[in-house]
Amino acid sequence: MHLMYFTEQPMSAYDADEGRRYGATALTFSNRNFDPVAGSRLYNQYLEDYIYADECGADGIMLNEHHNAPFCMQAKTNVFASILAAVTKRVKIVLLGNPLPLAENPIRMAEELAMIDMISKGRLVSGFVRGGGQEQLASGVNPAFNRERFEEAHDLVVKAWTQPGPFRWEGTHYQHRVVNPWAVPLQKPYPRVWIPGVLSKETVLWAARHRYPYIALNTAVDATKAIWGMYSQQAREVGYEAGPENFGYLIRVHVQETEEKALENARQFMWMQGEFTGLAHPVWANPSGYFSPSGRRNFVEFAVGRAKNPRGSPTFEEQVANTMIIAGTPKTVIPILKTLIEQTRPGIMGFWANDGKVSPQDTRTCIRLLCQEVMPAVREHGKTLGLRSPFEADAPVSIEYSKDLRPQAAAAE
Amino acid sequence: MASDVAWSDTTTELAGVKLHLSRAGNGPALLVLHHDIGTPDRLPFYDLLAERFTVLVPHHPGWGLSARPGWMRSVRDIAAVHQWLLAEQGLTNVSLIGLGFGGWIAAEMASLAPRDFHRLVLAAPMGMKPPEGDILDQAIISYIAYPQAGFHDQENFRRVFGDVTTDQLEAWDIAREMCFRTAWKPYMYSQTLPYLLGGVRAPALIVWGDDDKVVPRSAGNAYVRAFRHARLEIVPGCGHLIEMEKPEAFARLVIDFVNAD
Repeated sequence: MHLMYFTEQPMSAYDADEGRRYGATALTFSNRNFDPVAGSRLYNQYLEDYIYADECGADGIMLNEHHNAPFCMQAKTNVFASILAAVTKRVKIVLLGNPLPLAENPIRMAEELAMIDMISKGRLVSGFVRGGGQEQLASGVNPAFNRERFEEAHDLVVKAWTQPGPFRWEGTHYQHRVVNPWAVPLQKPYPRVWIPGVLSKETVLWAARHRYPYIALNTAVDATKAIWGMYSQQAREVGYEAGPENFGYLIRVHVQETEEKALENARQFMWMQGEFTGLAHPVWANPSGYFSPSGRRNFVEFAVGRAKNPRGSPTFEEQVANTMIIAGTPKTVIPILKTLIEQTRPGIMGFWANDGKVSPQDTRTCIRLLCQEVMPAVREHGKTLGLRSPFEADAPVSIEYSKDLRPQAAAAE
Repeated sequence: MASDVAWSDTTTELAGVKLHLSRAGNGPALLVLHHDIGTPDRLPFYDLLAERFTVLVPHHPGWGLSARPGWMRSVRDIAAVHQWLLAEQGLTNVSLIGLGFGGWIAAEMASLAPRDFHRLVLAAPMGMKPPEGDILDQAIISYIAYPQAGFHDQENFRRVFGDVTTDQLEAWDIAREMCFRTAWKPYMYSQTLPYLLGGVRAPALIVWGDDDKVVPRSAGNAYVRAFRHARLEIVPGCGHLIEMEKPEAFARLVIDFVNAD
């Protein structure tokens, strides 16, 4: 298994009362509430935490980005990835991911990632995302073309990484006269691409068609299994059998020396009033055209308050009870995680370990216990279950580089 | 308001899409171009016009019952489709009645064919960058809050839309997506249109509600300056959705202006 440390990098120094008064903690919640002095302290603290996770034995550090909100401070995943490329020694730098549609220039994205790959000496995993609805609005990017831009930018980045330039790109959303970046990735054919998501069927199927591992972000066990089922079916249709190396699972886990402290800190996972991207108007999260048309009818009812949040809003206790949040000492957490990986069989696992206002000391205790006690036990159990990561399985980077595809039946007549 | 105006609905295929068209009345032809939120099937304003004119109310491509052209990228594209529709209908010397976003489309149509039209009536048209203020951004407010912002008196919102149905919400979401597809950036205006209106021969009447919270009135002044022959008329006690809020007053303005020598 490939086991990663993750935090949203919370901007915990903002005044939560201001958010409650305003009624939202995202998109239009004023950046007057951002304190750059605290920001400077927190960025450096998070950097030290990542270095510590590397030293303590995590296989990977998972990074992401969001905009205009306190729940995540990182506005450009490639910035932290660049720093970690130089200051860490061993861990994979796993970007889950760069929001491709936000890129006005995918060639620049390809160059940045290639630089990170070379500086880290081949430790980059370059995940890509569509970016949340709010990210489109915060960046001024048209949500109606989000998926088209995602797919086209991906194709362009991969071509820039794998085909010698110069070449010309005349696409629908991107046009480039001369594609010939002099930074290309160290890893061949190109850095691994993993695709994180929360349910969107179209993305699951796209990942399966490309043979890119799909990382389910904090989904419930049943939903996770449903995603694997959908992925596996699509995989069979394009000629391969999906295994644990195709599946990743991000889960919230907080570990401390005592149960009480662990549970107390784990409540911080609810710090954004239970909405992990903060309080926001539904139309910010799903601007028109961003969402799957099949979900339009349900969504519009939710958006005007006539239907409940399709994701539900479970309490902390409910989330602990159904293992959406796992908290305790290594002794109590390890058996729960063993059961969880038996049920979901991922080859990749992200531990979203610290959130909200967990103190720097407790954060480091959590990282130490997680990396030195929990991860080794999970890894060992994963071996007995045959849960191999893409690295252990030596899985092809994408379907294009697969040598084991079953011949396809003749195209539908 | 009971009406005995007989409307007929047809579907015309052009530019690769099926376009929905409602038609009623006799006499000189008016092409009514609806708002960014689409249009109810029937409105008292449409009936009032149909008593004097041949009235055509198409659904813009991608809105309402008209199919979505995936290729469409700009309001000028919509304008070209409506020109095509007029050609298919064999109509010339038409007057354009453009409502809000539809006013922008009408202005684009006139700029592309400056000799073509009899009269232009633009009701709080988008399409111009307001010299003062900004056009209200529907992207960050709810499906209901946006049309509500179009009324001076919320009682008029209730009169037109009642208890908003889920079908209506869905239609507004689809309409909003089409706005994004055609007018996302810059939002709801063209940077080139102001330079292209000076050739238009048809007299233009620009109408504004005195309480328009969607498009600042400064844009109306800019339109008046951009056309050769234009004047601004203010409707009191009225928001952005002028034909819904003040149908009689607005219809009177249209009838008098289109019929004037």
